[in-house]
Amino acid sequence: MSNIVPSIKKRHIMALAESGKRIDGRGLTDMRKLEIRTNVLDKAEGSATVKLGDTYVIAGIKFEIGDPFPDIPNEGVISVNAEFLPLASPTFESGPPDERAIELARIVDRAFRGAKMINTQRLCIIPGKKVWIVWVDIFILDHCGNLIDASALASLCALMTTKMPRTEVIENEVKVLNEYVPLPISNLPITITLAKIGDKLFVDPSLDEEEVMDCRISVAFVEKNGQEHICAMQKGGPGILTPEELMRAVEIAKVKSQELRKIVLSGGE
Amino acid sequence: MGIRKLISEDGLRIDGRRLDEIRPIRFKIGVLKNADGSAYVEWGKTKILVGVYGPREAHPKHLAVPDRCIVQARYHMAPFSVEERKSPAPSRREIELSKVIREALEPAIFVEMFPRTTIDIFAEVLQADGSTRCATISAASLALADAGIPMRDLVSSIAVAKVEDQIVLDVKDEEDKHGSADMPIAIMPSKNVITLIQMDGMLTYEEFKKAFELAKKGCMEVYKKQRETLESYFKEIKVGLENV
Amino acid sequence: MAEGKYEAGDNVYREDNKFYSTIVGLAELRNNVITVIPLKGFYIPSIGDIVIGKIIDVIPTAWILDIRAPWNAILFAKEYLSKPLNVMKEDIRSFLDVGEMVMAKVTSFDRTKNPLLNAKGQGLGKIQKGMIVEVNPTRVPRIIGKKGSMISLLKKESGCQIYVGKNGRILISGKSRENEILVAEAIKKIELEAHISGLTDRIHEFLMKRR
Repeated sequence: MSNIVPSIKKRHIMALAESGKRIDGRGLTDMRKLEIRTNVLDKAEGSATVKLGDTYVIAGIKFEIGDPFPDIPNEGVISVNAEFLPLASPTFESGPPDERAIELARIVDRAFRGAKMINTQRLCIIPGKKVWIVWVDIFILDHCGNLIDASALASLCALMTTKMPRTEVIENEVKVLNEYVPLPISNLPITITLAKIGDKLFVDPSLDEEEVMDCRISVAFVEKNGQEHICAMQKGGPGILTPEELMRAVEIAKVKSQELRKIVLSGGE
Repeated sequence: MGIRKLISEDGLRIDGRRLDEIRPIRFKIGVLKNADGSAYVEWGKTKILVGVYGPREAHPKHLAVPDRCIVQARYHMAPFSVEERKSPAPSRREIELSKVIREALEPAIFVEMFPRTTIDIFAEVLQADGSTRCATISAASLALADAGIPMRDLVSSIAVAKVEDQIVLDVKDEEDKHGSADMPIAIMPSKNVITLIQMDGMLTYEEFKKAFELAKKGCMEVYKKQRETLESYFKEIKVGLENV
Repeated sequence: MAEGKYEAGDNVYREDNKFYSTIVGLAELRNNVITVIPLKGFYIPSIGDIVIGKIIDVIPTAWILDIRAPWNAILFAKEYLSKPLNVMKEDIRSFLDVGEMVMAKVTSFDRTKNPLLNAKGQGLGKIQKGMIVEVNPTRVPRIIGKKGSMISLLKKESGCQIYVGKNGRILISGKSRENEILVAEAIKKIELEAHISGLTDRIHEFLMKRR
């Protein structure tokens, strides 16, 4: 697929933005309508779907017993993976994750890791030998813009509802019990992505806006000790940001992430 | 985990640097014969070789875009570049870094001047001691200049980190591994614009602002070294052409 | 680079009233136009240039040539053959094959399309003999010298015919291989030592000594 920027669309989007408007009627800092549903699957230990406007993402959580990393022998592992399914967009092709999918998964993972969201020590089964590996699989079902925030949110909500199997260790043999405990989650990192078009920043960019954007900036915030902390950041796309734009993006993301966290805590909508 | 202290009581880091001090950086331009442009950098113990080909006809052909040239970058770590042998197959990290490195350099290139062509940037990390993406970006922009590719400015890059509650400039491997935040940035210094920013770990907004300012200062130091290297490299050729 | 009321020429761009060079090169101000001459770089075709191309591919009615530019050049059969090519009966490769070198003129180019060549005119066409050396295209003016002084010297002292393609490929054709090699060495010397003054004298001396 070619990626020629439709110049009329870009001019239109930029002209509207001058008066603080967007082509879908939103203000520059408004997010699209959000719908979160959790526990949508039975076989997964945790799951959630997120609809952000028409963007549709599902995340499923699976557990597996595995070996710890040698440098952190007493900690479990969180592994985030994203699949851009061919059914989700004419620009997605079958095959192993491409750089877009890999980047997205790593941004989501970075926010969780930066925030120390999950107490990974509690995922240890036999110190130095066996730990839980928590697989977070993100499936993009419909690509209508801002996959990063939708995926981060779906993963977060799926993890929040995840039940971790209890285990019993008898003479170095691990037995998985038919009992569950919640995943040890200590905080909720929220990622906010802004598209830069001209000198304007657009929160939660739609596909139209992403098509014409110069670049995007994603910023994740987490609350710790009553204070907001940045826990991940990534610029994407070949454009540039001025230092002022970066500061503005971070400030907007701080406010928006607090709003979004409230929504997540109240159970979606 | 029983790590030794990364910052001493008198405010020095494990390699003796002050908090805002960069490591010795040495660039060399024109180190490869076949590549259209090339550069090598020794950045502390980090050693990276960059070769640039192009603008040239796009291969495979379907990659070509009618209104500009496409930029491709490959960041790759040699198996012997780290303590434990790394598999030579590209990892997820390398794929992501290739993408952000490309996106950090592309804004500097006048891509619209060379429709339907590609510029390929190949970076091999021969030895890694932190900040490899920053060293790659800084060296690659010299290799692009060496190839004679028109650019808006050089791209200069450096990483800052939060280590034991202090913000430090130019991050070394141990500081990256055991620090609590890491933030690489790249800028076009004469334009004062950002072409790469990433962050992992945790920073308050105030810490972030401080880290960003320190990184900008570091980029200016890298920029100075890049320009000095360019000037001395091109001096000989320059005298020759003035005689015409 | 500069600030003020100028115009931006080759390899220069402006933002507001500031002028920046896009490459490393020598700045020049002429009639209020700032241009920068590259110190190193690739060949950008220009209509009328004589270039030496290498055939790298064929399509049914044309040859594709590498001319050391970002774009490959196209030589249509009718721009080389004296009578029309009968695609059904004749194989285009029987006239010019992959790997052969051609002296040609750029007849059309605007960056959005591949440059087109003509190889029918006087002195153009398939290169039958001689040897070809390559220099960086930015160094071509130095090989030619002031008002052609360097190239005249090389021709006179070696007795060889020398054709300098704008794309930095140079054809040397002489009576003996030794003579051609001598010129090739002299050209490499010019390229490498261009920055040391008194070049013409040194090349003269070099040729005399080796002859």
